[in-house]
Amino acid sequence: MDLFQIIDDISKVDPEVYDRFDSRRAAFRNFLGFGKKVSAAALPLAVSTLFNKAYGQSAALPQAVIDTLNLALQLEYLEYFYYDTALSSSGLNLTAEETRAFQIIRNDEQLHINTLRSTLGSNAFRVLTRADFDYTGSQNKTRGALFPALGGTSTPTSGQFTDKAVFLTVAQNFVDTGVRAYKGGAPNLNPPNASTAVKDILEAALNIHSVEARHSSRIRSLRRGGVQSTALPKSWITPDETPATPPLPNGGTQAPNAVGPYNAGNPLANYPPESNVMQGVTPVNVQTVTTVASSTAGAEAFDEPLDAATVKAIAKNFAAVPTGTTGLFN
Amino acid sequence: MNNPHNYLAEPAADPGHAATNVARRDFLRYSGAGLAVGGLWLAGCSKDSDTPTNNGNLLDVGSGDTGVLNYAYALEQLEAAFYAQVVAGGYFSSTSTSAAEKAIFNDLKDHEAIHAAFFKNALGSAAIKALTPDFSNIDFSQRTTTSGKLGVLNAAKAFEDLGVAAYNGAGRYISDNNYLTLAGKIVSVEARHAALIRELLGTNTFVDSDVVDITTTGMEKSKKPKDVLAIANTFLADGSKLSANKLN
Repeated sequence: MDLFQIIDDISKVDPEVYDRFDSRRAAFRNFLGFGKKVSAAALPLAVSTLFNKAYGQSAALPQAVIDTLNLALQLEYLEYFYYDTALSSSGLNLTAEETRAFQIIRNDEQLHINTLRSTLGSNAFRVLTRADFDYTGSQNKTRGALFPALGGTSTPTSGQFTDKAVFLTVAQNFVDTGVRAYKGGAPNLNPPNASTAVKDILEAALNIHSVEARHSSRIRSLRRGGVQSTALPKSWITPDETPATPPLPNGGTQAPNAVGPYNAGNPLANYPPESNVMQGVTPVNVQTVTTVASSTAGAEAFDEPLDAATVKAIAKNFAAVPTGTTGLFN
Repeated sequence: MNNPHNYLAEPAADPGHAATNVARRDFLRYSGAGLAVGGLWLAGCSKDSDTPTNNGNLLDVGSGDTGVLNYAYALEQLEAAFYAQVVAGGYFSSTSTSAAEKAIFNDLKDHEAIHAAFFKNALGSAAIKALTPDFSNIDFSQRTTTSGKLGVLNAAKAFEDLGVAAYNGAGRYISDNNYLTLAGKIVSVEARHAALIRELLGTNTFVDSDVVDITTTGMEKSKKPKDVLAIANTFLADGSKLSANKLN
């Protein structure tokens, strides 16, 4: 391990890295003195300590930032294990193209988990596993399964998926919910007079948000049979998807009665359904703001945010344990 | 930037900068005491040696939230003009162009026209003028780049990826969270566009390493306004080229 090469590489993406160390000169000097005594095996830990001192800020993160990032983290785990299970489910008969697409997406989710955990530091939610999720929606056999093909009814917290169409549909619902969650959470990462550190977190979250939207676009094109198909769904959310997607059971509080990936959140004025066409601080109808050919373009051209309570109410349907101290999405 | 392929390429390493890095590394390696003055020393070789984009003939988007909205309005104008020209162009009209691609271009034309008109409306009298594009480096009769000029899909990819990187990089300059949410509503649609256009050009390229860090963070590679405008200006006519000197 060439520490100086690593720092130099970081300087290419973060020109301020030297300044970060320099402003904590004592920490760096301590580290160098320490380095003389540590064995090569202990070096990674020592390096990690150094970077925590240079970048560590989690202790000072506002609670709203921590809460927002921890919800995002749980959603990333929800997605990661969903794709991971699919990739080991022989019964899905994924094509080579589909397999590659979901390997790419799974890799992104793993990296998002790593990014969120390192940003949150000791504030991060506990490490989750496949057993924390029940993609059938039976909450580990405590109620009827919503999607029995996503894990079966006997061992739903470990079972394989067996129906590709159901898998792709729910994948799209998960990723579109994730896009809405990041969008709804962004204002929490932009408090008045936010520090540079918090602005950096905002930018990181925006940079994850758009990657999730890219995933949605890809999953949607897989659902319609490839990019040269004219079938539905489009790669963007069309207004008909709001009424056509059945609502999920509401597993939370402070969320509307009918929760779903395309439905409204709470309050309605801030979190309208994806079919919404009224946009702006002084709302205007974007379907008529200019002359366009398509009658659905106004709703398609804007995605909508979703509030944390509604996101949790949706996601709780897929938690093995939705309540209590070990429960998810609380 | 005469070669249009450059718009899509990763920035080439600056040989001078690489040499600086080597020197910096040796400096650190061999001079532990040098750390104390490292900050000052590095200040003398900071990266801000790029050619200034402000040559005195640029239209500045302004400051604060209005500056960000005008920045977005400018990029949406560019995209709207591009797709309007695509659907009037040779590739779109060709009988051999697939129905799916025609439907996609029609939707993108509508979406971007709506975005541009929406910003114009929201900005009111604070809006920058209608910009004049310069698409002379785009061949609207070609699906993909075949000669020196960009094909429509390559140009669309450049615009969509640039738009996503631009919105993501500008979010931090927004104060009013109503506008942050608004930008978020649009950028995810741009990301949907970008991923689809990329898929039309190459299977499973929706999050490639030119736009997303796929090895360490999984994050989109957002761009600062000045870096975005350096690219956008190559598609704008003289008198419509932009700066964002107060967004930093």
